[in-house]
Formats: sequence, structure tokens, C-alpha cells
Amino acid sequence: MPWFDYLKPLADGAWITVQLTVFSTILGALLSFIFGIGKLSDNWAIRAVSIAYIEIFRGTSLLVQLFWLYFALPIAGDAIGLDLRLPPVVAGVAALGLNIGAYGAEVVRGAIQAVTPSQYEAATALNFTRRQTLWKISLPQAIPEMMPSFGNLAVQNLKDTALASLISLGDLAFRAEQLRNYTQDSTTIYTIVLLMYFGMALVLTAMMRVLEASVGRWRGARS
Amino acid sequence: MSEPIIKFEKVVKSYGNYRVLNDLDFEVARGEKVTIIGPSGSGKSTVLRILMTLEKINGGVVSVGNEPLWHEQGPNGLVPAREAHLRKMRKQLGMVFQQFNLFPHMTVLRNLTEAPMSVLGLSKQDARERAEELLQLVGLADQLQKFPNQLSGGQQQRVGIARALAMRPKVMLFDEPTSALDPELVGEVLNVIAKLAEEHDLTMLLVTHEMRFAREVSDRVCFFDQGNIKEQGTPDELFTNPKEERTRAFLKAVLEG
Repeated sequence: MPWFDYLKPLADGAWITVQLTVFSTILGALLSFIFGIGKLSDNWAIRAVSIAYIEIFRGTSLLVQLFWLYFALPIAGDAIGLDLRLPPVVAGVAALGLNIGAYGAEVVRGAIQAVTPSQYEAATALNFTRRQTLWKISLPQAIPEMMPSFGNLAVQNLKDTALASLISLGDLAFRAEQLRNYTQDSTTIYTIVLLMYFGMALVLTAMMRVLEASVGRWRGARS
Repeated sequence: MSEPIIKFEKVVKSYGNYRVLNDLDFEVARGEKVTIIGPSGSGKSTVLRILMTLEKINGGVVSVGNEPLWHEQGPNGLVPAREAHLRKMRKQLGMVFQQFNLFPHMTVLRNLTEAPMSVLGLSKQDARERAEELLQLVGLADQLQKFPNQLSGGQQQRVGIARALAMRPKVMLFDEPTSALDPELVGEVLNVIAKLAEEHDLTMLLVTHEMRFAREVSDRVCFFDQGNIKEQGTPDELFTNPKEERTRAFLKAVLEG
């Protein structure tokens, strides 16, 4: 088989990888804000849930989380009479999103806490409520600071999608493995796959740059 | 002296073992312009920060407009104030910060309209009119679309003053408003404050190191030392004829320094 014949199946796999990355990154971003802000809540229950989520998903292996959602959850569901079988895509997106969201939540918390205390003092002096202060004062200043870390996490997430091939999801890594079993042409296939991941990472990085620049204006104009 | 609008009774504030305010008794009358001077660490900024509810007190009672600030009436006497009470009390106070503390992500206009709209519930139109009026007052009517970091320090501080005034406070607190400014920009800020003092019946409480200015605008000057008022009086009394040795030493050091 000439090397360009590998491209079609690998491109199919790459498309799955792209979708996995996009959906799980969006899910992860949502979870980052919910639990990052939750960790700073006045309400101890919200804080406790947020801390538990962050520590559990940061403190365990992504592979085990993935296997747990895909293999263990249906059995656990069975025991309590619920059908919790997830399609591989859903399990993959959920595991990746939950995992990256736990890291992202710490980024969100850190960036909010890095807003200088004097901004909070000004907000107090103007009698803003806690919620108004969060939405109008701290988040607009914190989000631009989160973007470089979010960029890193998004690229990391892209690479982590390869693990989803282990729950028989037909992503790029899965297709590569299939082709390699069939042709034994490891060098060519893995070289192409390497370049494809790298190309996707470059595109993703460029997209995060654009996003970073577009929220950067919230910092206020530079003189 | 009319009914005091601000009253400190035996107020204690400490950080660990260090007492910043030591059984402080202090009153400010409605409309009075009071300047607080004193060495650093004497507790003068703390008085303003307590009034703005940025610092809690450890003892005593602070009242604003005859109502306790840090306490509210419980079934068995005063209990520590909750957020709702603090929010109600804060309405009466406005603060100007040493470092301006403008919101860097908002234009000058939005710095002035955001709180009146979301806190006081003003319409966009009304908030904008109020903002334009105040920017006129501080001489920045043409800068409303600029961001804070496009302005000089003096201009930023004038925006800071206008932003506090936009909430229509009864008492204005100025916490070393010119200390972070280059010397040539101090004048423009002091002029604005002097104009406010002359033309408005605002109560003003000012912490400053600008002695000549304190002399010009204040009804009363208080010299703070070691967490309490060491000496107070009219500017003339205090500056020309201080009674306490400690006051004389401080004034000598400041005026000759």
C-alpha cells in the first residue's frame, strides 16, 4: 500500500479526533467556570462539591475515568436498575471534558483570585453585590489572564483524545492502530499520525490565540 | 456643633497584637471638612477604611448618621452587622483611593455609570447625564471614551473622585488622594477637592500629607499618633500654635522635609 492510501482512513479518524476535542473542550470550559467559581463560593456546600470534583478528576488517571464511564458505569447502573450504557462518543467526551474541566477550574479560580484586592475594595466602596462584582469587575479582568493556560489545556486535551481509541472510538489513534495491524507499516503510519496531531495542535493553538486577542480588549486599551 | 454624622466611640482595631486604633473617640459634624494628618502607622487611613466597611473593628461602636455601622439592633442589643445592613449604610459613603482603583477594563464613562446603573438602578440615560455633569465638574468632559491607562495619574484620580460622587454619597472619604501622583499633577486634584469643599455641603474626611492644602480646605485638623487623636483644632490653631510636643515634632519634620 503506498503511503497516500493511508490518508483517507486516517483523515476519517482525524475528523473524529477533532469532534472529540471540540466537544470535550467546550464541556471542559463550562465545568471550569462552574467549579472554579464554585470553589470561591460563600456557600460551604457549593465549595465542598467543587473541591471534591476538582480533586477527584485531577487526582485519578484519565484512562481509568474513561474506562469507568464506559465499562463500569453500565454495570453500576444495572445494579440499581438504570440503563447507564453510554455510546463511546458520549463516554469519551464526558471523560475528557470532566478531566480537563478539573484542571481548568483551578485556572479560573487562580485568575479570579489574582485580580488585585484594590479592585474588590473599589467594588465594595461602590456598593456592588458579590455577584455584580464577579460578573462586572473580576471576571472581565480575570478571563484574559486565563487564556494562555486554557490554550495549553486545549492542546493537552487534543492529545488526550488518543486514549479514547481504547474504548473502540474510531479516532485518529484508533485508525492508525487498525492500519498498522493490517499493513505492519509502523514507521510510515505513525509518522503521518504524528504530523496530523501536530498540524491539529497548530491550528488549535492559532485559534486560542485569536480567542485570547479578542478577550484581551477587556483589559482596556493599551496606551 | 450640629448632630454628628460620623461618630467613633471607644473604637479598637488591631492586627494581632498591634493596636492600630486605641479606644478612639472621634466625631465629624454634618458638612464638616476634616483633615487627618499624622505619621504612617498612626491609624489615619484605617479610620477611612473602617467607615467604608473595608476593615472590621475589634471593639467599640462606629455610627454613621446616628445608626451603628458595624452593628445592627438585635433582640438583646447590638449584634454584628450582616451584609444587607452594610449595603444600606454604604450608600451614604464614597471613597477616593490613593491608587485610584479605577476599573481598567471600562472606559471613563462606564467607570462612572456602572454602579449608578446596577446598584442604584438608574437608567442608562440618567446615569450618562450624571456622569457627564461630574466629568464637567472635574474638568474631564472630553475624556469619557478613554480607558484609565490612557490618562495621566492626575486625570485618573479626578475620574476616581467623579466615580465616587456619582453615587451621591453624604460623606466623601479621601485616602491620601495625591500620594501616588507626580508632584506636578498634585495641584489639579487638590483644586477639584477644594472646589468640592467650597461649593457642596458634603461632609469630607481627608487623609493627606499636603499640609498647606489641609490648612486651606479644612474646618478642623486632627493629628493622629499611635492610634488616637493626639491633638486637634482649627488649621490655624494646629499649624501655627500646636500644643503637643509630638505635634510640633511631626509638623517640623513634614514642613522642612
